[in-house]
Amino acid sequence: MEKVEQRLITEDGRRIDGRALDEMRPVRIEAGVLDRSDGSAYIEMGKTKIYAAVYGPKEAHPRHLAQPHKAILNCRYHMASFSVEGRKAPGMTRREIELSKVIREALESIVILEEFPRSAIDIFIEVIQADAGTRTAGLTAASLALADAGIPVLDLCAGIAVGKVEGRIVLDPSEEEDKRGEADMPVAMAPRLGSIVLLQLNGRLNSSEFREALSLAKKGIDVLYELQRKALSKKFSGLTQIGED
Amino acid sequence: MYRIGEKPYPSKIMRDKLYELILRGERLDGRRPYQYRPLELKTSIIEKTDGSAMVNLGGTKIVAGVKTALGQPYPDTPDQGNIVVNAELLPLASSFFEPGPPDERAIELARVVDRCVRESKMIELDKLVYVHGRTVLVIYIDVYVLDYDGNYFDPSVLAAVAALATAKIPLYEVRNGDVIAKTESRFGLPVRKFPVSVTVGLIGDKILVDPTSLEESAIDTSIVLGWSDDDEMAAIQKNLQGLIRFDTIDEVIRVSREKSVELRTKLMEVLGRVGAPS
Repeated sequence: MEKVEQRLITEDGRRIDGRALDEMRPVRIEAGVLDRSDGSAYIEMGKTKIYAAVYGPKEAHPRHLAQPHKAILNCRYHMASFSVEGRKAPGMTRREIELSKVIREALESIVILEEFPRSAIDIFIEVIQADAGTRTAGLTAASLALADAGIPVLDLCAGIAVGKVEGRIVLDPSEEEDKRGEADMPVAMAPRLGSIVLLQLNGRLNSSEFREALSLAKKGIDVLYELQRKALSKKFSGLTQIGED
Repeated sequence: MYRIGEKPYPSKIMRDKLYELILRGERLDGRRPYQYRPLELKTSIIEKTDGSAMVNLGGTKIVAGVKTALGQPYPDTPDQGNIVVNAELLPLASSFFEPGPPDERAIELARVVDRCVRESKMIELDKLVYVHGRTVLVIYIDVYVLDYDGNYFDPSVLAAVAALATAKIPLYEVRNGDVIAKTESRFGLPVRKFPVSVTVGLIGDKILVDPTSLEESAIDTSIVLGWSDDDEMAAIQKNLQGLIRFDTIDEVIRVSREKSVELRTKLMEVLGRVGAPS
């Protein structure tokens, strides 16, 4: 029952969408895109489209969750029902609950929570179209939204997935590569802190492939980090008017 | 009460103490930094399951049970059996756990166990198809944390893998398109790999393995690495808030690999005694 499928990588090292192995999809990052929130951001990576918004610091609810020495951070990563092929049930799936947790933990590593004792910071990530790499793109947008909200952070963080496809390590796998590839490894880093804030692996890699994947991720993250900084300076240098189409 | 991963003030003192000890190659409970707590593994302890195991890792106790049933395959894998993993952090295990539906920690635990089993290709799922696209074997793996003193990941993976490796399932026959169990004969699952996970705690530029509950409250962050065999990883999960410094990651990989070999050796010793497939 061997299905005849198109190879994912051509002999001259190109991927099905024409990218080189270490090439990421076209990226667009914008800060301050939703008016009601205290901070927000939008990211597109290929066909992946995600909004992130931050509310707070504000009073923690329910009150007993408040911490005397720092803010608590709540995070909801959610995919719109129409964001995938077919239709996803609108509520939170187990996958979304897990990803909300790892994204929150990544952001907790960079936000200076001690600045806001007894308060809460809410982060909402809404994936309106999913085409691989949504948790890392969502985290990249959320980090920018936190900065947009003026919440003090140790660093911005940005994330990207790396994959193993037909034995080769590739940057920013597409949905097809993710589905048919051997491994998918989402990574997020705080570059200025020289640290990893999110790391997961789905699929098989040996130690040297892992190292190669990690340094390839670093390359992509450095690009995203620069785009985040540009988006911030664009917004705060008054080049765009908030609320204007 | 603090959520796991949140550091109350006293833990800052504890962190400094732990770091100081690690610098000298010591720990609060007398272990070396790269030493696991005593591990005990028993299989076939719940008669009403198809496979079961109980694991004690120091003060953490896990029970895992495997049940199987016939069911429909997922639409995207019509030629594979299904694995369904559930995990619960029982309130009798710790004051950190509360009754109710699985919270994010339990869901994460289940999904990490699932990834270790699935991505390592431990079970040859394509051998568990009876009618293509219609009837396959569904393997339910349920993991319960009974007593919790840190690191529920590694003993849960060990318990799940041991339960799967020793499971005996009915022999099914296809007659006129119907799938019928021949109840008198049972056989083992087609097992190919024996994945184990290693939990590494990071504190400054130092690392340790198999953190206790107390250590979990003091370390900077932790990461779980699932090794499908001696050379290949199948799953990774950074699972607490905090930073992993770039300069520690090579040591994390090296130590986790070494420890995974050690854990797998112990697992195989037990499985060998109960006559699991090699």
